[in-house]
Amino acid sequence: MCDNPSPYNPYQQLDRYIDGLPYKKENLIAILHHAQQLFGYLPDKVQRHIAARLDIPSAKVYGVVSFYSFFTMKPRGKHVVNVCMGTACFVRGAEKLQQEIEKQLGIKTGQTTEDELFSLDSLRCIGACGLAPVMMVDGKVYGRLTHPEDIKQILDEYRESLAGDREPALKEGTPS
Amino acid sequence: MDVKLTINDIPLTVPEGMSILDAARTVNIDIPTLCYLNLHEMRLNNHIASCRVCLVEVEGRRTLAPACSTPVSHNMVVKTDTPRAIQARRTMVELLLSDHPKSCLTCAKNLDCDLQALAADLGVRNISYEGEETEFEIDKSSLAIIRDPNKCIRCRRCETMCNDVQTVGVYSAVGRGFETVVKTAFDLPQHETSCTFCGQCIAVCPTGALMELDQVDKVWKALNDPTRYVIVETAPAVRVALGEGFGLEPGTIVTGKMVAALRRLGFDRVFDTEFGADVTIMEEATEFMHRLKHGGRLPILTSCCPAWVKFFEHQFPDLLDIPSTCKSPHEMLGVLAKSYYADTYGIDPQKITVVSVMPCVAKKYEAARPELGQDPVTPDVDIVITTRELCRMIREAGIHFERLNDEEFDHPLGESTGAAVVFGTTGGVIEAALRTAYEWLTGKPLEHVEFENLRGMDGIKEAVVPIEGRDFKIAVTHGLGNARTILEKIQSGEAQYDAIEIMACPGGCIGGGGQPYHHGNVEILKARAAAIYEEDRSKPRRKSHENPAVIELYKNYIGEPYGERAHELLHTSFTQRPKI
Repeated sequence: MCDNPSPYNPYQQLDRYIDGLPYKKENLIAILHHAQQLFGYLPDKVQRHIAARLDIPSAKVYGVVSFYSFFTMKPRGKHVVNVCMGTACFVRGAEKLQQEIEKQLGIKTGQTTEDELFSLDSLRCIGACGLAPVMMVDGKVYGRLTHPEDIKQILDEYRESLAGDREPALKEGTPS
Repeated sequence: MDVKLTINDIPLTVPEGMSILDAARTVNIDIPTLCYLNLHEMRLNNHIASCRVCLVEVEGRRTLAPACSTPVSHNMVVKTDTPRAIQARRTMVELLLSDHPKSCLTCAKNLDCDLQALAADLGVRNISYEGEETEFEIDKSSLAIIRDPNKCIRCRRCETMCNDVQTVGVYSAVGRGFETVVKTAFDLPQHETSCTFCGQCIAVCPTGALMELDQVDKVWKALNDPTRYVIVETAPAVRVALGEGFGLEPGTIVTGKMVAALRRLGFDRVFDTEFGADVTIMEEATEFMHRLKHGGRLPILTSCCPAWVKFFEHQFPDLLDIPSTCKSPHEMLGVLAKSYYADTYGIDPQKITVVSVMPCVAKKYEAARPELGQDPVTPDVDIVITTRELCRMIREAGIHFERLNDEEFDHPLGESTGAAVVFGTTGGVIEAALRTAYEWLTGKPLEHVEFENLRGMDGIKEAVVPIEGRDFKIAVTHGLGNARTILEKIQSGEAQYDAIEIMACPGGCIGGGGQPYHHGNVEILKARAAAIYEEDRSKPRRKSHENPAVIELYKNYIGEPYGERAHELLHTSFTQRPKI
């Protein structure tokens, strides 16, 4: 990213989104969703920017971001792996699945790999109980994951497909 | 419409929409509360029902109801004193205590803590719950407020005060579930936020999670250092509240006893911030007339209140040129003690320690502002302690405060008029300024010195004062949210005024963040305000420009008010600060 005003500058895109909203302060959560889409995560600087645009205290923005587990203040990987910990998946070995993914990626749940390719999270029930235990990569569901090799194969597919066209994730210091 | 119900078999009729808690109070039943706080005059109403301490039984309801946030309904049958309700309330306090430090004996809030009082009232004899305890860092970054989240019970009174009443927005509940705690944005140290240090969060905190920076030991050290010449000064609002710390009725005037106690503590000179207040009027009234004569920017805003000063520096940086450049009265007294008094009596200013006793927490921060001193090693004021801290010093010294005989302030910086006394309550500064400005502008004596319509607890007060054929539009406001409303009207051009008094704390200095705790009783503030006006009436002189010691100061030392020497010593400047 550079200093000249490009239409792809995420701050300008965010401002355009905010400008288009009829009610601004009331739409804080929607604005945060949009910002997370643009930046990949919600660093302090982005939260301050939103607070200034909406003329509300930064503490309020921070309070909301810290409340919802969907929002993250840390950079996220290109792909988000979610392990379902719902009841059905749980009794069918979701914990084992989670441990296996943690082992293969070399990170704990809630963390991001050093190459910023994968983030690992957990969630509760995605409605695919018949396939338990399941994981979701970005929006795609993978079921009956009881064999470590199957998991490795899926993760490798994402590694390979990205070898050519990876874009670096946005850093906090991106100029506005 | 009225609603009929019974509480503990007592039939009663109350207006629709009233809470069970308020309804019970009409028949003299006090349901215990902790997070609940309703300060109607300040427009603070915290009824989030987070603590669950006010649980009562309502017939037909499966679960217990929080009395603070449950409105009455027709034919409701409420029981507040059943074993189930009593046990539930006790359990709630036990649960709160299970994640609260048990260091009451060494806590600064010991014997003044709402949680402690509640545990005593509800007969909690045992904490049956053991489990994880949260652990947070104590924020000691600021020069005024110490924040210990370990003692926070998540009542969020501070947040309601800071966001809704003061509109500063420093605090927010952060996190979720057990981890939730009230914090600053991004966990910034308090001194890096837009905090004004008004201390109203301390005034409403039920526990010791929010406290002032304790500077008592610093004062003891200075008093016991034979090389230091230690001068103390006391703000007007202290003398009408200090007695509360010794069991006297709110509104008892203890000026003479306070002076006697300070002398016994060992201060070399006991001066009065009110002298500084009279000097402030000389400067501010002259500055106002100067702006009128030379087409300067109006309205002029008062600048006595350091929390208000910090508020406009963060929130209204485009209006930095409208507040008066006058230092606050205690800073004026401090600089005069280290210049005029030191020169007159041949004392080395470097050896003088000035201690201010203030109703205020922000004054601690103000005294440390680098521009408020003659040079980097000679701050105008060295140490600031609150009314509460002075109360503790008097106790530590074992002085029987109630039995002391009245004594007088020392000459010359202890002389004051009634105009200076009224600085202690909302509307007072502008009233004092009008008493002087009227006489200076007309050359005639002002017969009726009391400006009734500038007094009282209304958030924004307005008056038109005709002087020499010109109508002067005056406004008085207290509480920073009210200040914001008025400043936004000025920014938009919607309202025009000639002069505005602004105080950060509801009620003015009598309601300061460093005063004895009111525990939610606003009547205490009203009693203090009434005492301020009583003290004013008892003074032989009630106009600042008639203070003989002030006249002498200008004649022998300063020269013209608002002149060169006055600017050097008595005026200051403001700094733009970011809004966080």
